[in-house]
Amino acid sequence: MHTPSFVPRKVTLAVAVTLAGMVLAACSSSGTSAATNPTAAATASSAKKGLTVYFIPKDTQNPYEVIADKGGQRALQELGGKVVISSGTADTAAAQIPSIQAAIQAHADAIVIAGNDPSALCPSLNQAAQAGIKIVSFDSDISCGSSPSHLFINQANTEQIGTSEVDLLANEIGSTGQIAILSAAASATNQNAWIGYMKQELTKYPNMQLVTTVYGNDDPATSLTVLQGLLSAYPNLRGIISPTTVGISTAAQYLDTHKSLLANLTLTGLGLPSQMKSYVHDGTVKEFELWNPDNLGYLAGYAAAGLASGSASTQTGSTFTAGTLGSYTVLAPTSTTGASVVLGPPTVFNAANVDQFDF
Amino acid sequence: MTTGHNDAAKGGRALWRGLVRWESALVIVLIGVMIFGSIQTPNFLNPTNFFYTGLNMGEVAIMALPLTLIIMTGEIDLSVASMLGLSGAVMGELFSNGWPIWLAIAAALVVGAIGGAINGVLVAKVGLPSIAVTIGTLTLYRGLALILLAPRTITGFPASLTQIGVVPIPGTEVAYSTAVFLALAVVTGIILHATPLGRGLVVIGLQPEAAKFAGIRVNRIKIWLYVVSGIVCAFAGILLTLKNASVSYDAGTGLELNVVALVLFGGVSIFGGRGTIVGVVLSVAILGTLQQALTQMNVQPEVQNIVSGGLLLISVVIPNSGEAIRRIRDRARRRV
Amino acid sequence: MRARELGIGVAIVVVFGLTTLNNHAFAQIASIQQLLSGAALIALLGVGETLVLVTNNVDLSVGSIVGLSAYIVGDLFKHNQGMPVVAGFIVAIVVGAVIGAINGLVTTVARVPSLVVTLAMLYIVRGLDGLLVNGTTIDPGSIPKAFTAVGYQTLFGIPWLAIIVAVVVAGAGYAMRSFRASRDLYAIGSNPDAAALAGIPAERRVFTAFLISGALAGLGGALFLALHAQIDVSGGTGYELTVIAACVVGGVAIFGGSGTVLGAALGAVLLNTINQALVASRVSSFWNEAIAGALLLTAIAFDRWLSLRVARSLQSAKGAHRAL
Repeated sequence: MHTPSFVPRKVTLAVAVTLAGMVLAACSSSGTSAATNPTAAATASSAKKGLTVYFIPKDTQNPYEVIADKGGQRALQELGGKVVISSGTADTAAAQIPSIQAAIQAHADAIVIAGNDPSALCPSLNQAAQAGIKIVSFDSDISCGSSPSHLFINQANTEQIGTSEVDLLANEIGSTGQIAILSAAASATNQNAWIGYMKQELTKYPNMQLVTTVYGNDDPATSLTVLQGLLSAYPNLRGIISPTTVGISTAAQYLDTHKSLLANLTLTGLGLPSQMKSYVHDGTVKEFELWNPDNLGYLAGYAAAGLASGSASTQTGSTFTAGTLGSYTVLAPTSTTGASVVLGPPTVFNAANVDQFDF
Repeated sequence: MTTGHNDAAKGGRALWRGLVRWESALVIVLIGVMIFGSIQTPNFLNPTNFFYTGLNMGEVAIMALPLTLIIMTGEIDLSVASMLGLSGAVMGELFSNGWPIWLAIAAALVVGAIGGAINGVLVAKVGLPSIAVTIGTLTLYRGLALILLAPRTITGFPASLTQIGVVPIPGTEVAYSTAVFLALAVVTGIILHATPLGRGLVVIGLQPEAAKFAGIRVNRIKIWLYVVSGIVCAFAGILLTLKNASVSYDAGTGLELNVVALVLFGGVSIFGGRGTIVGVVLSVAILGTLQQALTQMNVQPEVQNIVSGGLLLISVVIPNSGEAIRRIRDRARRRV
Repeated sequence: MRARELGIGVAIVVVFGLTTLNNHAFAQIASIQQLLSGAALIALLGVGETLVLVTNNVDLSVGSIVGLSAYIVGDLFKHNQGMPVVAGFIVAIVVGAVIGAINGLVTTVARVPSLVVTLAMLYIVRGLDGLLVNGTTIDPGSIPKAFTAVGYQTLFGIPWLAIIVAVVVAGAGYAMRSFRASRDLYAIGSNPDAAALAGIPAERRVFTAFLISGALAGLGGALFLALHAQIDVSGGTGYELTVIAACVVGGVAIFGGSGTVLGAALGAVLLNTINQALVASRVSSFWNEAIAGALLLTAIAFDRWLSLRVARSLQSAKGAHRAL
């Protein structure tokens, strides 16, 4: 990972000092800095006080999002505002709509939402935008066209997530053999976007063949069933990419307990270090990726506060400062995301660094 | 479905009195929930909240009406949410293939009728237990939606139609789906409480054998009830698709038990033969208002689950508690 | 009823054979082990559900019990390192039994339909689970290896999961045939009035059925945790309908009076075999659910056809007897 030399030293230093040891944080300030505006640091704390931001995660129990929500709370605490976390118990759009309504009724200043559905939330979010609420999405983007205008906090460049996982696996299996993807739900927007880029990247490896994609619905039992079926359907499988924390930990547990499979099979994907730690140390999994969900929520919190205060905008090329993470530049909408900022490149975890992370 | 003690013998009048009491209890609960909401959140009883509640409950509430009639006959339909998902998938798939929206909607309704007919024939003609059949079609219909749509999400429905999910009927604060629900409730209520057909449903539920001897065409009525349920659920699927301005294969997954809970909380007996549409409408109003109040108070959704489950439990225990206490006392006396 | 279990056994062999023709790897030992351990949990829940179903009741709370008991055990391991493995199983069973007892008490004392009681408990128990979990997870590192070993180790090539469940099925199957109290369950389900006249303490029997169903679901939670080595709030969600489907496929009458625990267990094996066969046959995973639904309907219809035939042949046998 190279660090562009034109990153303002001040920002890099601040990050290094406050989050010493957190490789991730350092990465995030450098990764997005292609067009970092050196004056950005000056506009640092222009957010209004007393802002109310509604965080609407996919559900209230998703461990990954619980960490992200805490990051958001941290951000608003620094800014003198408050976070209200509201969502349902099921990962459905219907369960999130009452929370959007509650934000409207409570005259919130901004909503930070992880979309359970790319489009089904648009009408409700439009209502919120019309009521003057700023919309930020994170984790899984919404695709509502131009209304409401919103800012997507991308955990990492979508293309990069897809391509880097393929590269990781290719590196481990010598770029040859059959591989498969163990995904979450077939309707998950972020998963499908990543898988699209994986397929694109695979054209670079003519000897690697993607045989199938199976869907474990982010449920350990379903993931296990489809994994077992996968293994008997493709006995020559060399690699599995599971770009979801439930999928990769289920697969890791299975491989860990069926060690003979490991001779020919390599697993990688996106996982939480806390869940994967033991599998990395006993050699079941060599490398996997993720970003820091706490920083993701923190960045989303700052973005929401910035939009609500007018110190940030969704204009391409505009910048804002996200506390200790440094300055971020808004990127133009692409085919898969709306206007966005990127937290940073994903971190690759292995036996050398996995113990340094507490999420 | 439970230790089959048949209450049919208790006679119409005593039964009617019990029902009236249950509905009055529901009215009191509804008022209580409204007061609770007003105390906890400022300006709770504003028109926008009424609109939101209607919007959120719409599809589930609409599906509860035909299910009430089915449960009245002692059967059940667990495929309602999958039927909703399948109809949305059919509508989305055809629309994305360039069909005019009205034709796509009509096709979705036809699929609903066919799906309902399959349930009805398997239950009434082949004589299979409805709970088993509709667990099967729950899986089948959702599976068909999966084949049709996954992993795509269809969007781009005409804005003139998707408006219904965002704005109330002009000049009011009534959601379109609320209006549909109320209209259907009136029709269902009249059918159930004021026609020979409705009385037939009650007899089928209370005494299926007697119903046959009385010349009621039990099988034909049941098949038609399932067909109607299929069509109404398909309609709910269309409404949901328009409200969300999009559809994916998993729309409405898992709602079936919510719909059943709604009907049962309305005082409809799971054994059939007992229940009123007024009770179901009140049940919709109570659970919808309660959910709205708890969400706006930012109560954890887990607590909302516990409250809904607790209400359902209380709703069946309290009407039976007098009798239960008498029984326990009798037993204690006998022991002495 | 023997023919019934044989029929499911044949169906399992046919599905297995056809899939193996298509993909020889399906007959590997590892693959067969997967078929057994994958079905074990649903089969275990099916035993309890069968006891409840034959009394013409139903238990919809089993999925929520699995989730709650798995989390409680996982949390205990996390905070008490060195807690004996056996204690984990005992706690799981006790948690399940307590909820089962509540189901049974409310159903019998208040004489409330069990479908409503257990539907309400489905929501309440899942809600309590959510409050306990509160967005945390139990990570593999905090569960003792000796506990998760139950989830994957084998004895003479048979997974421990399958052995535990087979012991439960065999024990329950023997009890259902040999003890009067268990035979009472069938009487209560098929003819409650006659059962009452015969002096069967229906309430106590139904209560016991719910208690056992809850306890087995609690044990299921421990096995879930052992198998997956992780648990969050979603554990066991939706199992209730899968379990009932397995029972129905296994020939347990939904309105009580007939069915065996062996049938239910075989039903679970059949459903799991079909699921894995579809993936192993490289059928697009989008087709799984529809095919599973169609097969379920076929199984129910076939069952009906079979029982009608049996009834007819019994009748004609009776007729022939009278003619003599």
